[in-house]
Amino acid sequence: MAELVAVIASTHHPFYYRASTAPPEERPPFADAWVAKIAAFRETLTRANPDVLVMVGSDHFHQLWLDNMPQFLVGKAPFYDANFYNEEREFGLPRMLLRGQEDLSAHVLREGLDAGFDLAFSNELRIDHSVTCPIITLRPEADLPIVPIYTNIFAPPLPRPKRFVELGRTIRQLVESWPSDKRVAVIGTGHLSLELGGPRQFGPHGPDPEFDRKAVEWIASGDIEGCLSEVTLDSLWEPGNATHGFMDFMLMMGVAGEGAKADYVDTLDLFHTMEAYFTWYPNGVTA
Amino acid sequence: MSKYLIDKFLFTVDRDPDLVERYREDPRGTVDWWEAERANSILGCHSGEASTWLRFEDTEREALASHDYVRLFELGAHPFLTLTLFIAMFERDYDEPLAFQKEYGMRLQHFSLPYPDIAT
Repeated sequence: MAELVAVIASTHHPFYYRASTAPPEERPPFADAWVAKIAAFRETLTRANPDVLVMVGSDHFHQLWLDNMPQFLVGKAPFYDANFYNEEREFGLPRMLLRGQEDLSAHVLREGLDAGFDLAFSNELRIDHSVTCPIITLRPEADLPIVPIYTNIFAPPLPRPKRFVELGRTIRQLVESWPSDKRVAVIGTGHLSLELGGPRQFGPHGPDPEFDRKAVEWIASGDIEGCLSEVTLDSLWEPGNATHGFMDFMLMMGVAGEGAKADYVDTLDLFHTMEAYFTWYPNGVTA
Repeated sequence: MSKYLIDKFLFTVDRDPDLVERYREDPRGTVDWWEAERANSILGCHSGEASTWLRFEDTEREALASHDYVRLFELGAHPFLTLTLFIAMFERDYDEPLAFQKEYGMRLQHFSLPYPDIAT
């Protein structure tokens, strides 16, 4: 069976690409510290030596729209074009092309359906910065095949937090039951407290530092129970109107498992939002 | 209430570079044209199938025609869609990085939780 060699949860900050590639005179003052943290975070994936990446993210009204909105969707295609015109316009993100691991997509869909998740699928999916940001930060060569899994954290009604955790647990089971000798990493991105298009946006730090502190503690210690006891669809409005993206972190806690302490934890307090980076090695990692 | 249609306007205009410029330069004309010609297009049908029933309420049409993003927030337009499109149209008019985004937030300061419902 396939081996789950790393579980990685991260924020996805679309400004990183521009901040890290701008010429010296245009680089923001925080760029060097940010690049150093990303380089260390990248090493945690490199050390796991994966063959395939399962990428959990959320489409930001690019291909998925309100006339036909899936709650959870799995890409099943041999290739995925990536990034959209308005991400190029606002963030300077490059167009990309990633290979797909279609047999793992088929396995996730078949076994996921049988495990009680009515997963939607797409045979022609263009992926957006929720998936490409972690490719840029963690695997800039973009050379590994992927299975994209999209969640709806964006267009109410949303699935409840517990459902994200349950899907994460199921994804782990599906990866570990995939009849393959491949080494698989599951990478998911979301947000800590975040406000977009509201009165608390673009402040000197994230809109709710206290939520961020608690969130990092829940994730780092694998405290799924504690997290679920405080986080609801209603409560997530309070730290910021885009904080439902935190449920993708909860999904990744489900992949990592109850009580699973992260092997690597780092954060960066930026304007606008706190960055956070976590890696688990379910079976350890060779030094 | 037709929050869905406001969101559909923001979504379709934002993703078309020519429409972004047209809406910036001629908001009222663009909204009138869009409501007449585009509002009923079913985006998921490739062959031009259309609905028959979608139209703005007067307050919604006026908010879009006057570039009034504060009013759009109040009406429950999806804040990510509004922000993204308005950055595309107006960030260029400000000298400092994020100056438009900060002014946008300031103009919404009178809202407190719970914010207007964005469910469609």
